[in-house]
Amino acid sequence: MSDENESGGTEYLIRGARPLGGEPADILVRAGEIAAVGPRAAAEAGAPARTVQADGMIALPGLVDLHTHLREPGREDAETVASGCRSAAMGGFTAVHAMANTDPVADTAGVVEQVWRLGRDSGHCDVRPVGAVTRGLAGERLAELGAMADSVARVRVFSDDGMCVSDPLLMRRALEYVKAFDGVVAQHAQDPRLTQGAQMNEGEVSDRLGLAGWPAVAEEAVIARDCLLAEHVGSRLHVCHVSTKGSVEIIRWAKQRGCDVTAEVTPHHLLLTDDLVEGYDPIYKVNPPLRTAADVHALREGLADGTIDCVATDHAPHPIEAKETEWANAAMGMLGLETALSVVQHTMVDTGLLDWAAVADRMSAAPARIGRLTGHGRPLAAGEPANIALYDASAERVVDPAAMESKSTNSPYRGMRLPGRVTGTFLRGVPTVLDGKIQ
Amino acid sequence: MRHLLSTADLGHDEAVLILDTARELAQIGERSVKKLPTLRGRTVVNLFYEDSTRTRTSFELAAKRLSADVINFSAKGSSVAKGESLKDTALTLQAMGADGVVVRHGASGAAHRLAGWVDGSVVNAGDGTHEHPTQALLDAYTMRERTGRLAGLRVAIVGDVLHSRVARSNVLLLHTLGAEVTLVAPPTLVPVSVGTWPCQVSYDLDEVLPKSDVVMMLRVQAERMNEAFFPTAREYSRRYGLDRDRFALMGEDAIVMHPGPMVRGMEISAEVADSPRATVTRQVANGVSVRMAVLYLLLGGSEPAIGQR
Amino acid sequence: MCAQNGAEGDPSAGPPGTGAGELRAVLEGPEIRRALTRIAHEVLERTKGAEDVTLLGIPSRGAPLARRLAERIERVESRTVPCGALDITMYRDDLHLAPARALGRTDIPQEGIDGRVVVLVDDVLFSGRTVRAALDALNDLGRPRAVQLAVLVDRGHRELPIRADYVGKNLPTSLRETVRVQLEETDGRDAVLLGPAGGPGTPAEALRRSAGRPGPGGESTGSEEENR
Repeated sequence: MSDENESGGTEYLIRGARPLGGEPADILVRAGEIAAVGPRAAAEAGAPARTVQADGMIALPGLVDLHTHLREPGREDAETVASGCRSAAMGGFTAVHAMANTDPVADTAGVVEQVWRLGRDSGHCDVRPVGAVTRGLAGERLAELGAMADSVARVRVFSDDGMCVSDPLLMRRALEYVKAFDGVVAQHAQDPRLTQGAQMNEGEVSDRLGLAGWPAVAEEAVIARDCLLAEHVGSRLHVCHVSTKGSVEIIRWAKQRGCDVTAEVTPHHLLLTDDLVEGYDPIYKVNPPLRTAADVHALREGLADGTIDCVATDHAPHPIEAKETEWANAAMGMLGLETALSVVQHTMVDTGLLDWAAVADRMSAAPARIGRLTGHGRPLAAGEPANIALYDASAERVVDPAAMESKSTNSPYRGMRLPGRVTGTFLRGVPTVLDGKIQ
Repeated sequence: MRHLLSTADLGHDEAVLILDTARELAQIGERSVKKLPTLRGRTVVNLFYEDSTRTRTSFELAAKRLSADVINFSAKGSSVAKGESLKDTALTLQAMGADGVVVRHGASGAAHRLAGWVDGSVVNAGDGTHEHPTQALLDAYTMRERTGRLAGLRVAIVGDVLHSRVARSNVLLLHTLGAEVTLVAPPTLVPVSVGTWPCQVSYDLDEVLPKSDVVMMLRVQAERMNEAFFPTAREYSRRYGLDRDRFALMGEDAIVMHPGPMVRGMEISAEVADSPRATVTRQVANGVSVRMAVLYLLLGGSEPAIGQR
Repeated sequence: MCAQNGAEGDPSAGPPGTGAGELRAVLEGPEIRRALTRIAHEVLERTKGAEDVTLLGIPSRGAPLARRLAERIERVESRTVPCGALDITMYRDDLHLAPARALGRTDIPQEGIDGRVVVLVDDVLFSGRTVRAALDALNDLGRPRAVQLAVLVDRGHRELPIRADYVGKNLPTSLRETVRVQLEETDGRDAVLLGPAGGPGTPAEALRRSAGRPGPGGESTGSEEENR
């Protein structure tokens, strides 16, 4: 497993898988590409081809995550690029976008190139660094966006994730500036004044628990403003981890106006609600916070009708001590890579809201398109890069964070029974996961 | 093990059991030997992350009157100040064999977290802006002592409800005990979902006072005006402070309560605070009895008789 | 707990074989009333007119018994006798064997107990542990000139060097048996019932019973008051 140039040494014949959940068809993988799909695949396979039995498995294009925290450099105790990439592969991902809130912050060409190289060396997953919008995420002055775009990391997504670019003028300038290299600003929409000291979704549960509330309007107001700004200056805007019903409605409205806005939702916001905070276990502490059942419902609808373009994990590893503490002192964030597809199946497929072709769009094609990531999110067809996820939708598992490839264990699904299991992942023809095991 | 973390943990019968037990134990305070052997050999730790001499000494006295060994563990000058986590502190107390842990902490839910880490019973002595169950119990005890009933009692709770753990615990407990609670505050100082709480809400103190048997004033920090909760301390005091003129609007038998510490001149005027119908010092005395009752019912038997499992 | 109300205690009330029917009355109302009258006279005699006597009943059934004794003494002497209640729950030595219990009422007469002849009144004298607890409780309340003990029934099996000064009836029992006292004030009728241990009730109650009372092979820390 290493460089893309070395890939494709072995031929693989994937037998019996169902591309996008359709009729079973063999897939021949050769020299990093899909050589054939369907009856011709077996015929074309050379003698030394290794057979991968995948009867009944769903074959999807390798998943693409627009929103991953790999923690390196700075917090290698929580995750490294290497461990995060293994975790991604186990989740069926072949490319992840590494968020900029590292230490040092990914706000210069030097840092993004370092992260990109670490990803390339890992070999388990392509790593596309996200550049910071402002220097040090401080929200005051633009970082050298052009230098990051021109670096070998070819940064196209810029975000101060974790912090909101709340200054409207700065946001306007960032939106305008990235047009020069077809970049996109991925906004973490959170009005800082409305969320001072906020601990969880503001509502019945927060009022009862005495935790400072995080009103939905703090997210929605910023999204509305940014959509109008993007429309005004003719730029692309991407909205990170949409979490409220109102946000979905605003984005739907903005798209109808013709605003070039895209949006993502996390798996946890598709499933979990704020009443889980009842026991004050910070495993459920996340930013944006878990919301209500009505929000979850609206987010599922929004993802189904395309208002929300894609699923992004916001995989946020934290060491145990950051969670084994009082709620107010605990870190925000939860693991997501190794459970994302299962949660999407549970919330969107098993509920009849999405079919597998649409899952391929929301988890692979759309994020690749938004990130301007070539070579990923492509159809499962001859001549395309062999980035493939094999998924056993009929499997069932009890989530055990200790068994995950991530260095951290802060999964909110611990002990939960979830459907499905990734059994194989191919990155440009090389298996990163086979038989459900990391390679 | 069972704990007292929230007044929501208490059913009607459990709450009455605590109040009745406290009534019996109140006699101890009037005897020459103010001590019972009941908790001999048991260890109670007072774990206080916030300064609160009043609450800590009340719990300390309660535990000592029951003959428990009491350890005071305050955040200042201890390993806590050196950065020890709540969990490590909990494991330390566990290793010392604490049967009961009384915890005061600035973070909502800290008592819940602690309860997951120690084997002993945890008593929440105030966690952030969440709850302060023994304060509500002593308030209910004082109301019953002064008015003879709780069912149907009309109680106004006035002030910074949003940040008040006393208000949260009182609303839940008084509802359980059949009292009718009305919260009175500027709209900025009530939670957004207060409509789901088992109580009424009013923004007009003058309208509520004549219809109340009990008026409980909450402390209001003048610094709140810096966060735009109200314009000035003077305006707050004018609209929501209990002064002599407003006191005159109350029924003749209605009482004034305050969990302390009072800010005289802000939410309550000195002459009201010193009136014989103000129960502030009585609340302090009753606090010891109620805390004795809670400690006895949690630690006195083979297993606790009250609280959340 | 078990068989403490009249219906269950009445042999004719329960269907046969439920256990409740196996309780039989060894003392009925008239005998109990006669025994109390006799004890009242003995108290008067022993204390030479009961002038400095204070009666303290141990809840729950000792308290009404103490009031009945006080009434009888008052009838003879035509003056009031200080009478109250002394709850001993907080002084029990078996608190750790059962969940914390509700407290009984303690009501010490105005005069206090210093210098008085305190007559403790209880329904059944058994292991002696309740009386031990009551002596401890008295010690924290003051210094009586003397302490005496009156019981309606002494069923034997003492575990401490304690004896009663006034006994309504000595009732030889086996440790396997239970003795229940029922009173008008608390149960709607007067009776002393004898029956086998482990009568009707839930397993949890049976467990509590076996833990809270002397048994042949078990812990012997119980109180005499079996219906507590």
